[in-house]
Amino acid sequence: MAKYIRHACGFCALLLAALLANAARVQVVQSREYDDNPANRRATIARYQQPRGNILVGGEPVTGSVDTGEQLRYERAYEDGPLYAPVTGFSSQKYGTTFLEHTEDGVLSGTDPMLAPLPLWTDATRARNRGGDVVTTLSRRAQEAAYLGLAGRKGAVAAVEPATGRVLALVTSPSYDPSELSGNNEAVSAAWARLNHDPEKPMLNRAVRQSYPPGSTFKVVTAAAALDAGVVTDLDAPTDSPDPYRLPGTTTRLTNEGDGCRNASVRYAFEWSCNTVFAKLGVDVGVRNMAATAQAFGFNDTGLGIPFAVSPSTFDTKVDRAQLALSSIGQYNTRATPLQMAMVAAAVADGGRLRPPYLVERTTRHGGETVTGSGAGPGRQVMRPATAARLKELMAGVVEEGTGTNAAIPGALVGGKTGTAQHGVGNAGVPYAWFVSWAQARNAPEPQVAVAVVVEDASADRGEISGGGDAAPIAREVMRAVLGR
Amino acid sequence: MTNAGTTTAAVPAPARAARLPRRRGVELSLLVLAVLLSVYGYCAVGLARTGTVPPGAAGYGAGLGVLALCAHIAVRIRAPYADPLPLPIGVLLNGLGLVLIYRLDLETPGDQAAPAQLVWSTLGVGLFIAVVLVLRDHRVLQRYSYVCVVAALALLALPILFPAVNGARIWIRIAGFSIQPGEFAKVLLAVFFAAYLAANRSALAYTGRRLWRLQFPTGRVLGPILTIWLVSVGVLVLERDLGTSLLFFGLFVVLLYVATGRTGWIAVGLLLAVLGAFAVGRLEPHVGGRIEDWLHPFATIEAGQGPNQLSQSLFAFAAGGVLGTGLGLGHSILIGFAAKSDFILATAGEELGLAGLAAIVLLYALLVERGYRAGLALREPFGRLLAVGLASIVALQVFVIAGGVTGLIPLTGMAMPFLAQGGSSVVTNWAIVALLVRVSDSARSQYDGREAP
Repeated sequence: MAKYIRHACGFCALLLAALLANAARVQVVQSREYDDNPANRRATIARYQQPRGNILVGGEPVTGSVDTGEQLRYERAYEDGPLYAPVTGFSSQKYGTTFLEHTEDGVLSGTDPMLAPLPLWTDATRARNRGGDVVTTLSRRAQEAAYLGLAGRKGAVAAVEPATGRVLALVTSPSYDPSELSGNNEAVSAAWARLNHDPEKPMLNRAVRQSYPPGSTFKVVTAAAALDAGVVTDLDAPTDSPDPYRLPGTTTRLTNEGDGCRNASVRYAFEWSCNTVFAKLGVDVGVRNMAATAQAFGFNDTGLGIPFAVSPSTFDTKVDRAQLALSSIGQYNTRATPLQMAMVAAAVADGGRLRPPYLVERTTRHGGETVTGSGAGPGRQVMRPATAARLKELMAGVVEEGTGTNAAIPGALVGGKTGTAQHGVGNAGVPYAWFVSWAQARNAPEPQVAVAVVVEDASADRGEISGGGDAAPIAREVMRAVLGR
Repeated sequence: MTNAGTTTAAVPAPARAARLPRRRGVELSLLVLAVLLSVYGYCAVGLARTGTVPPGAAGYGAGLGVLALCAHIAVRIRAPYADPLPLPIGVLLNGLGLVLIYRLDLETPGDQAAPAQLVWSTLGVGLFIAVVLVLRDHRVLQRYSYVCVVAALALLALPILFPAVNGARIWIRIAGFSIQPGEFAKVLLAVFFAAYLAANRSALAYTGRRLWRLQFPTGRVLGPILTIWLVSVGVLVLERDLGTSLLFFGLFVVLLYVATGRTGWIAVGLLLAVLGAFAVGRLEPHVGGRIEDWLHPFATIEAGQGPNQLSQSLFAFAAGGVLGTGLGLGHSILIGFAAKSDFILATAGEELGLAGLAAIVLLYALLVERGYRAGLALREPFGRLLAVGLASIVALQVFVIAGGVTGLIPLTGMAMPFLAQGGSSVVTNWAIVALLVRVSDSARSQYDGREAP
């Protein structure tokens, strides 16, 4: 019998060995596959187990975390949610993340390996790093001024520091409170449905994700191309331009809002926004030079990120002369985001150098120790410094005596350009009011801020829509906030 | 470990009869270790969850220590030659089970299972002490083998009168207590099988008709055994208890093989098992569903219904990896209502990792091995078969339930010995350990040149 007992014992040993082998399969060989199964909630639970790092504006957090005591423990909270929504985006347990919450998620959630002071030790102990903070370049005062200026009207503001590319303000209106989307309960689903079906599109980031026809503000680009190409040498010499201007190869007549545009000088045409002069100027410069200059400013760039992606602004390079004429005054297929137009103003202000805009100054560990710093990227010369100097002169003239007097700030040098962009079928839509500008305090060595404002106010009378009337005062308040006046 | 080679020597001890080492000191120190390990685990849970040593730690340690000490004293008095390992293994597994249940209780404040489990454990150890003190010779049980089988069948049949719980009809509820009579039936059946086979082993092996290459015993000898097999399948069908019927069946085949040495019995047994399981899997949707879950554990996820318990269990094991998340730091609560009973091993796998799981399985393996060793050392067939049967019950239970929750075999609702929440199970397993202690005492004392005490 002893022999059979040994056999039976061997059988039992075999069973238990099979158990261990199978456990090793589950826990070692296939564990990664099981861990990554989307139905496995462990990763989600771990993600919300600790408070998320904060996004800082002017040294103060504009975000926070709420301990719900639930399985997904910490929910995102926002201070001044609607004000900073186009920068922070939302961080929802149900709908994921957007904008800085998305691009900086590794730092904020603590998964970024850079956060670990001792990486190997952290791996061994399975400790999770505290979420780090993201320090933005935003100016709290500029942001508030822009938001107050828009006052709930549909539109957007983008402001950058010309010498560095730091984004000082990024505002969209109407906005929404991202904390409504933070949790995972029924109210969150209801808010999500409501925000997505709202015809005002409050979740649309108009400053970087919506492009508009830039209208007359694009004349800055056209003037830069003309000066760089040598088509214009004397700003005060009369140009050979008719009024109205018949678009080449068509019978369409292009007219002006104001008078005195026939054969007007470039200075006069810029200050009073003569369509005829700049349409002809664009045709004279030619599509190659126009396209080259526009692309140098950042048009047709699909790769811009600040760090979240910015929708490309477009300048159509396959156009006939009539289309080129319209493109050169910011119509036809020319479209620009408010941030793109702020970049145009910034390049003018900074001597023709364009700095890539950025929103994240640095990221830090929970204690404040810097993990990564961004700093200004290398700028690129988009036009000759002499051209930039003359454009500054032109833009300053617009504010001093042209269509942009509403943007003037006592004690500061301000340059600007108004725009009123036609759009819609047969230009039937309510035009967009644009204003792009830069400002330099009298005692400052260089301009400190460049701003682009767009207002798409459907409620205003058509005749009252104008860059100078609607958009310039908003730009002025943003510039005053930055200059401290 | 003890130097087992000397204790199991097949040759009779020298006439001068040098006293065998009793190894009670080893048992005591292992018991102290087992209690300390359990208290350490209890503290670890508290530290991980709240950052403080839980207030009940001292009481828990003292309670477990007193239980272990009482059991140890009983062994010292009535079974001084007993194997020193089974009792500490039982205490350690039971203590670890209490820690795991306490840890899962923290997740479900409305459903505290640890206090009841502590009461049941006390009852279990009480039964252990009673068996060790009262049952002075295991051969007495042979006389009561038919009482045992009648009691076992009665216990098995009892739950049919009670409503089903979670799809299985294996519980009876009296005054708030739920008892699983099938658990007690295990030990009784093991006693019956051992007694019956010990008495009839030559008839089973050598009489009856010879058909092809198999020696078929006469109906008179085979009858009762076939009846038991049918009852086991009957239990499965009526009570939807795949685990218990599998256990009875495996126990029976192992004992039959050990008693007769006929490999053919194993073949016949396996064939019948496959046929029975196939038929039941087809006829019983509850069992068929379990088999489906086993073959496709993630089918419910792909169907958009979320993970079922088996996939949650697999996730838990995977999350543990090699070293585990640490006691109290896993998320086995995701498994749902059976986390403290059927799936408690998933918590062990997640929080103690493959390393801890292997340690637990090795503890069971050691218990089984000590049972087999006692069987080998005994001389009379009943004791041998009883020891083998009891050890096999532990091994089969561990295999069936651990194999089920790790996806090796279809899932059956069975309790992990000592670890899982469940009073009947804890009490029964203490009875098994008590019988193993008793049998091993007989096995070793017979070489000591004196009569067993």
